Amino acid sequence: MLFEQLLNGITVGSTYALIAVGYTLIFGVLGMINMAHGQIFIFAALTAIVTMSAFGWPLLPAFFVSVACAAVLGALLEAVAFRPLRKKDVPHLAPLISTIGFATILDDAMIKLFGADSRFVPGKLGGSFSVGGVDVRTVDLAILVAALGLMALLHLWIQKTPFGKAIRATSESPETAAILGIPTDRVILATVVLASGLGGVAGLLLGLSYGAVAPSMGVGLGFKGLAVLVLGGLGSLPGAMLGGLLLGVVEVLAVAYGSSTYRDAIAFLMIILVFLVRPQGLFGETPVQR
Amino acid sequence: MLVLEGISAAYGPIRAVRDVTLRVPEGKIVALIGANGAGKTTTMRTIAGLLRPVAGRILFRGERIDGLKPYRIARLGISLVPEGRQILARMTVRENLEMGAFFRRDRAEVEADFERVYALFPVLKERERQLGGTLSGGQQQMLAIARALMARPKLLLLDEPSMGLAPLVVQDIFRTIRAINAAGTTILIVEQNVRQVLAFADYAYVLEHGEIVQEGPAEVLRSDPAIAAAYLGGRGS
Repeated sequence: MLFEQLLNGITVGSTYALIAVGYTLIFGVLGMINMAHGQIFIFAALTAIVTMSAFGWPLLPAFFVSVACAAVLGALLEAVAFRPLRKKDVPHLAPLISTIGFATILDDAMIKLFGADSRFVPGKLGGSFSVGGVDVRTVDLAILVAALGLMALLHLWIQKTPFGKAIRATSESPETAAILGIPTDRVILATVVLASGLGGVAGLLLGLSYGAVAPSMGVGLGFKGLAVLVLGGLGSLPGAMLGGLLLGVVEVLAVAYGSSTYRDAIAFLMIILVFLVRPQGLFGETPVQR
Repeated sequence: MLVLEGISAAYGPIRAVRDVTLRVPEGKIVALIGANGAGKTTTMRTIAGLLRPVAGRILFRGERIDGLKPYRIARLGISLVPEGRQILARMTVRENLEMGAFFRRDRAEVEADFERVYALFPVLKERERQLGGTLSGGQQQMLAIARALMARPKLLLLDEPSMGLAPLVVQDIFRTIRAINAAGTTILIVEQNVRQVLAFADYAYVLEHGEIVQEGPAEVLRSDPAIAAAYLGGRGS
C-alpha cells in the first residue's frame, strides 16, 4: 500500500516538477514570475483534448498539438507581456502584472471557446499490472516515464549544448551574455517557448492522470508550480524537479493517511516547514560575495 | 579603427559624459584616464552598446555602430572586458571561454584559440573544470580577458583590468595586454593606475567630469606637470 502511494505521489509530483521547471526557466532568464503559465498549459491541454475528440486522434498527436499550442502562446506572451517592458525606467514588477493580464484573457478565452466544464480525456490508457506485489497503473507509468525522461533530456540539453549554455549565461547576467555576442532577446524568446511547451506536456499528462481537464485548473496548478519554484530554490532546475516530486508525495500521503480535505493545507504546511529550516529553498544559493 | 564623435551619454536624467570625441587608431593602445566618476566606464559601456548615446556618432572601421544591440557590436569585432570582470560564476572556466566564442562558426579555429589563450594563461588550463566563481581575483581577470579574446576581437576594450589586484598580478596582466597588442589587437584601456598605463600606451585622453580635458601621446602626458600632480600622486619621478 505504501509503495503504491509513493509511486502515485511521484507520478503526480513529476507533473508538478514539469510545471515548476517552466517557472524556473523563465525566472532564470527574466528574473520574473510568469503568472500566465498555469493558464497557458491548461489552454493547450484543452485545445489538444478538443482536437483529439473532434478528429478521433490517438494520444501521441494530441501531445504535439498541446506542445505546439503552448509554444505559440509562450511566444505571444513574450511578445506582448515581457518584451515591451524590457527597457529602462520600467518598474521591476510591471511584467508580473502584464502576465496576470495575459492569464485573465486566456481564462476568458478558454471559457468562450471550450466552456467552463471539465473535458474528459478520450482514449485513456487503461489497465494496470503488478510488479513484485505492487499494483501499477499503466497510465501512471507512462506519465512518470514521460515527465522524468523529458526533465533528464532538458537537464542534458541545458548543461551540454551551446544554446543551453547560452540560456545559463543569460540567466546569470543578461548584460554579460550580450557583450559576449549572445542575442539575449532570442535566448529569452526560446526559453519562454520551451518553458511553455514543457507546460503543454505537463497539462496533458495531468489530464491523463485526473482523467479530465477544466479551465479552472490553471490557477490552482499554477500556484502549485509556483510554490515548487520557491521550494526548490528560485531559479534552480534540480530544485524544481526534486521539489515537485516532494510536493506530489506529501500530497498523496496526506490523502492516504490523513484527509483529502486538508491535502493542499498539509502540502503547503510542509513547504512552510522547509522554509523555516532552509529559507533559500532546497537548492537555493545563499547569497555569496563575489 | 574606432572614432567617437561628440558622444554624450546619460543614466536617466544625469548626463554622465558630454561631447566626447576620441579616436583609437588600428594597432595602437589608447588609454582613457581620469578620476572616479569622470565617465570612463560610461564611455566604454556606450561603445559596447550597453548604453545608447543621446548625441554623437560612433564609427567602427568606417561604419556607424551607435544604436546597435550589444551582441551585434560584439560580433563586429569589439570585445569588452567589463569593470569588475563579470565572470559567469556558475559556469566553468571552459564554459566561460566557450561563451566568448558563442557566435563563431569556425570550430577548428575556435579550438586553436583555446590553445592560444591557455598558452597565454596556463592557470586557466589547470582550472578548466572549476566554476568561474571559485577563481581568485587575478585569475578572474585573466579569464575575463581570455574570454574576450575567444571572440577574436579587432578591438579590445579593457575597463580597469588592474582593479583590486596585487601589484605583482597587475604587472602580469599589463605584460599580457602588451603581448595581445603586439599580436595585432587594437586596445582601448581605462585605468586608474595612470603611471603604469602611460608607460605602455601610445596615446591617452584625460576625462574630467564627463568631458575630455586633455589628450596627447602618452610620453608627453607622462611628463606633464599638471597630470603628474593630479594623477601620479607626486610620488617619485
